[in-house]
Amino acid sequence: MSTAVARRSTLPGFGLTMGLTLTWLSVIILIPLAALFLKTFELSLDQFWGIITSRRTLNALKISFGLSFAAACVNLVMGTVIVWALVRYRFPGRRLFDAIVDIPFALPTAVAGVALTQLFAQKGWLGAPLAEFGIKVAFTPIGIFIAMIFIGIPFVVRTVQPVLIDLDPEIEEAAASLGANRWHTVFRVILPSLIPALLTGFALAFARAIGEYGSVIFIAGNLPNVSEIAPLLIVIRLSEFRYADATAIAVVMLVASFLIIFLINRLQRWAQARIPVH
Amino acid sequence: MSMQTGLVTSTTQLRTYAPATDVSVAAPAPRLEIGRAEPGTAQRNLRTEPGPIRFIIIALAIAFLSIFVVLPLVVVFASAFSKGIGAYLAALAEPEALAAIKLTLLIAAISVTLNLVFGVIAAWAISKFEFTGKTFLITLIDLPFSVSPVISGLVFVLLFGAQGYFGPWLQAHNVHILFAVPGIALATIFVTFPFVARALIPLMQEQGTQEEEAAISLGASGLQTFFRVTLPNIKWGLLYGVLLCNARAMGEFGAVSVVSGHIRGETNTMPLLVEILYNEYQFVASFAIASLLAMLALITLVAKTVLERRLDEAEVPDGD
Repeated sequence: MSTAVARRSTLPGFGLTMGLTLTWLSVIILIPLAALFLKTFELSLDQFWGIITSRRTLNALKISFGLSFAAACVNLVMGTVIVWALVRYRFPGRRLFDAIVDIPFALPTAVAGVALTQLFAQKGWLGAPLAEFGIKVAFTPIGIFIAMIFIGIPFVVRTVQPVLIDLDPEIEEAAASLGANRWHTVFRVILPSLIPALLTGFALAFARAIGEYGSVIFIAGNLPNVSEIAPLLIVIRLSEFRYADATAIAVVMLVASFLIIFLINRLQRWAQARIPVH
Repeated sequence: MSMQTGLVTSTTQLRTYAPATDVSVAAPAPRLEIGRAEPGTAQRNLRTEPGPIRFIIIALAIAFLSIFVVLPLVVVFASAFSKGIGAYLAALAEPEALAAIKLTLLIAAISVTLNLVFGVIAAWAISKFEFTGKTFLITLIDLPFSVSPVISGLVFVLLFGAQGYFGPWLQAHNVHILFAVPGIALATIFVTFPFVARALIPLMQEQGTQEEEAAISLGASGLQTFFRVTLPNIKWGLLYGVLLCNARAMGEFGAVSVVSGHIRGETNTMPLLVEILYNEYQFVASFAIASLLAMLALITLVAKTVLERRLDEAEVPDGD
């Protein structure tokens, strides 16, 4: 970044503002994140591998990644349904429901956590009727799944919504007037053009759920190997002063989320390349 | 921009979260019947689904949002007031609750102020000048959005903890960062780092540099130009960023939980107190604090919606 050069701008302050930006960025973000990787390099490869493949860590990672993936799949389908209803139809309370989609973004995670737990606990509003069918949600992996669905839904909706709004109506009108029935138009014409946005929303929801802590730990039950998520295991290792263990798990998660960012950036580029000019 | 994340580095992402373009804004439409298709195209029968399918999709959307999003919010207030308003107020008047509220306000004040100043500075450098590596720099600013909150706390433990890189030095000089206000503030600044900059960069890029260049050529100083020309142009975007930054700062749980040490009455923020009280089965007290945070979230959402509308109106229609 030090080689950055301002080109032909008559405005002042490039050196000063860029210097301050890089300093602040380094102090708050880069140095702390570097500490994480530095700490990992203190471990030998065998030690690192031993931590990651220990039964409890492996199970925590499986639970985090597996349930996040499942929740993101639900978000993908339900997010599409919600976007379709919000963009294509008019119904009473539509704008209210549009605003409601943002609540999982806005609500502090600890509040969401205790609220979902209360709701799905055995005596809760939803937990009690579900218990009659023999379904236990709170303090089981299903609870984790529910919390991850809650936290992920705005990502799909807010990523796909602007794309569906901007979709050129002429394309589907053309498809229809060429004899395609509505089913074909939706599944062969409209949904394919939403694919980059859908995948981006899916990836964002997936990434968020993997790292999620506050809204999950209350409802999870936190039983090692069964309902213990990876972020919680990091906290547990820290409280046991097993910094190396905590760091190794954190690095695996961080690398995974960097890969997802990379993927999302590629998706965005792909989406931009696909946008028809009109 | 999202409250909690925004991995996407496309600079147009902010507008992604603008409310749906609504035809009823421009011309107040007559009362609309349930499940009516979007008006506005001559061939609208070609662009919609049969009635029963419309009904099912709307019903699914409403049911899903009601169960997964609205009900949890209602539970917060119902539980907070389950023993009456007296118990609710008593829970909020507890010294522990008051200490948590005070600490939360202090942490928000510190982190929002610092991120506001540096967010504006970063946005100026990024949006008003051309340089190589700009996209990469924006990606770096976005990083905290993609880091798990727990990891955001962990990195500061690795730096300042007893076994951390600076731990021994801090102990020798009797400086407390971890399990004290500075640590909580640092973790909060980390997680809220991108909000202001990300709200401003697309806006300032769109506005270009002509007005500022005119001011400079007329003899204004750099600071004069910023305060008299740039700031009035970006004030709503700035407020938008500050609003989201503040909401996240007050509500942050994971990162703060790792660095706080949970010292009662001293290092517990409101979200941490919600956890402690809930684990002690003090449900009314826990949900009373939670209800304050939920109200903060609702107020933020309303203000955000209003601001988004203002930002949309301020936008010059450019016809694409």
